[in-house]
Amino acid sequence: MSSLTLHDVRFVEPEATRNYITHDYGALSWLLTKDHKRIAILYLFSITALFILGGFFAVVMRIELLTPEGDLLTSDTYNKFFTLHGIVMIFFFLIPSIPAVLGNFLLPLMIGAKDLAFPKINLLSWYLYMIAAVMGLYIIITGGVDTGWTFYTPFSTQYSNTHVFGVTFAAFIVGFSSILTGLNFLVTIHRMRAPGLTWYRLPLFVWAMYATSIVQLLATPVLAITLAMLMFERVVHVGIFDPALGGDPLLFQHMFWFYSHPAVYIMILPAMGVASEVVAAFTRKKIFGYTFVAYSSLAIAFLGFLVWAHHMFVAGISVYSAMIFSFLSYFVAVPSAIKVFNWTATLYRASVALMTPMLYILGFIGLFTIGGVTGLFLAAIGLDVHVTDTYFVVAHFHYVMVGGAVMAYMAGLHYWWPKITGRMYPEWWARLAALLVFAGFNLTFFPQFVLGYLGMPRRYHAYAPEFQVLNVMSTAGASVLAVGYVLPLVYLLWSLWYGRPAGPNPWGAVGLEWATSSPPPMENFHETPVVTWDAYDYPAMMKAMGETQNV
Amino acid sequence: MSDITLGGNTPLPDVEEHHEHHHPFLQHHFEDLGQQHEASTLGMWMFLSTEILFFGGILAAYWVYRVLYPEAWAIGAAQQIWWLGAINTIVLIISSLTMALAVRNSQLGRRMGTVYMLIATLFFGSIFLGVKGYEYMKHWQEGLFPGAAFHWNEVPALAPKVQLFMTFYWCLTGLHALHMIIGAGLLLWFIWRAWKGHFGPEYYGPVEIMGLYWHFVDIVWIFLFPFLYLIHGAHHG
Repeated sequence: MSSLTLHDVRFVEPEATRNYITHDYGALSWLLTKDHKRIAILYLFSITALFILGGFFAVVMRIELLTPEGDLLTSDTYNKFFTLHGIVMIFFFLIPSIPAVLGNFLLPLMIGAKDLAFPKINLLSWYLYMIAAVMGLYIIITGGVDTGWTFYTPFSTQYSNTHVFGVTFAAFIVGFSSILTGLNFLVTIHRMRAPGLTWYRLPLFVWAMYATSIVQLLATPVLAITLAMLMFERVVHVGIFDPALGGDPLLFQHMFWFYSHPAVYIMILPAMGVASEVVAAFTRKKIFGYTFVAYSSLAIAFLGFLVWAHHMFVAGISVYSAMIFSFLSYFVAVPSAIKVFNWTATLYRASVALMTPMLYILGFIGLFTIGGVTGLFLAAIGLDVHVTDTYFVVAHFHYVMVGGAVMAYMAGLHYWWPKITGRMYPEWWARLAALLVFAGFNLTFFPQFVLGYLGMPRRYHAYAPEFQVLNVMSTAGASVLAVGYVLPLVYLLWSLWYGRPAGPNPWGAVGLEWATSSPPPMENFHETPVVTWDAYDYPAMMKAMGETQNV
Repeated sequence: MSDITLGGNTPLPDVEEHHEHHHPFLQHHFEDLGQQHEASTLGMWMFLSTEILFFGGILAAYWVYRVLYPEAWAIGAAQQIWWLGAINTIVLIISSLTMALAVRNSQLGRRMGTVYMLIATLFFGSIFLGVKGYEYMKHWQEGLFPGAAFHWNEVPALAPKVQLFMTFYWCLTGLHALHMIIGAGLLLWFIWRAWKGHFGPEYYGPVEIMGLYWHFVDIVWIFLFPFLYLIHGAHHG
């Protein structure tokens, strides 16, 4: 045989008698594994547990906000709840979500490698994550922390009598987990690609992970050293960031946001990568403007480093620096819009298969656009002064983080679920859940734009009575959203036993991850693939296969 | 029939046979030692770039306050014994030379040469840490540790700011010393490995990567020495 088509691969691939799941049994074979696929599963379980925890805090807060009076939680407890919701969701769910679960699982498969470049470091990064998570849980049980996830000084260093040291130490540790994941991905993408897999043949998910990893690598160390200084200040009682002792609290904010603004792109860039994969697979088209989409990821990663002080417009920075940062913040809209327009152009006149992953991604594109555009409102200094620290900001970043990142994570989880587990999820239930998430999400967060614009401040457990109607809407939406998140938890578990066997390529998608069995064998590919085609070469594949592929 | 192919036309080595010729230190997921070496080297460079930002963050804070409080910074630097810092600088530069010679020896397959040079590196690194420990002891006795133990009060108006300088002094040199201690631990392991004959012309990558780390820690000190010991002249001169 002189050449194999992608279509043939499923038949040529030797029947996998043992895959990565059945390769070994016993708890130790999982806890000491160096296989990227198994580590991805470890992460999947861990971040799901932490997502439920973070969701619990959100649900209790939404119930508190049903009534204008602060009747369910004291203000101190409420402070702890929004702090822990933020810390758990950002550091322990969103940042590792797509990279550490889907990226870990897929990156070596997508580039035709046997594993990541540093398997032991990959396992180490999971252990660092778990150590930090256990520390966080211990702190939650023993009293929590009330500084807000931003740990602003001097409150965090001099005044708060909650567990600030422990929780910043946990964030410090989980930061190294993130750094090591990014480092591993960068080296893997540079050095482990299969023969023939040039940069411009890489799936856009890989480009997105590459850009994400750069941000993880270069931004996170600054958070680590900032938190280290915060811990030192708190323990030794010096004034690095305390004005009473000669320090400058603004310096803390600068250094904190130097990480934490780029961290937004750690969360959203992988989501954009998932969107590109799903859009291509369910339209059977090449992504329109592949190189633009690829480079816009790098542009977002780069520009993300230059805009941090837009979080500080009302903190007392000079008007001139505020103007510069406002100006630069607008620039981020350009590569973001490039992506949205290119996905839209790909969808244009395509025959779109409205399977669950695609439903999530259609939601993602719309909600991310709303989140992004309201970000421009906030980048405008005048408007920002009006809505800063109100629910407008809360709504904005939940549109990006939940409407964007979480929707894309759910899309990716469904899209690659057959590859990860070898089983199909139940399509009808999954579509229902996707619609519930979309509806519940909008009902939860759209009223918050209005609330914020009307002046309801964030981070209070009580509010003026005239805000109640919109808050009740928001809480009702959160209930629907919760159902939308519980459903997948149930039917995805169900599918492990009762799901239809998926076969290697249930979507008829191109991409190396679909060219091996599901679940993949331990070594991913029985022979190293040689790549001679471009990413998303659906036109050629369709020609080769005829139009018989089922979707 | 199609331009989509998956390597069916490329003769691939028999997997079983391939494994028999593996170098003992070739990890299973790399094609060959060359790829493994390149990946590890790139990994170390990337790790060092995170270290630059790690030290860079605290150095940025140091610079902000140096601009805000130049007098206090000059007084703080004057509390240091400059010639101890100078000796340590020389000691570290020598240790970088011996580290580079260790890499060279391992490339040439000189087992004991590698061992001796690594031991020499460890020796000079330990001298550095010893001198640093002596300085720390002196500072502690002089009440120059920040916080409750801080008793320096020659210029009362500037005392809080001098304390801020000393905070940066301890944090920066402490982080650097921590890196030295980790480096010394790694050297012990490398001495054992070199003695067992693990390294040679085919496989010297780990020694080279250890060298990158060691040189980096050295370079950090090259910055810390003037920033913390030598800036008093600018304002007292």
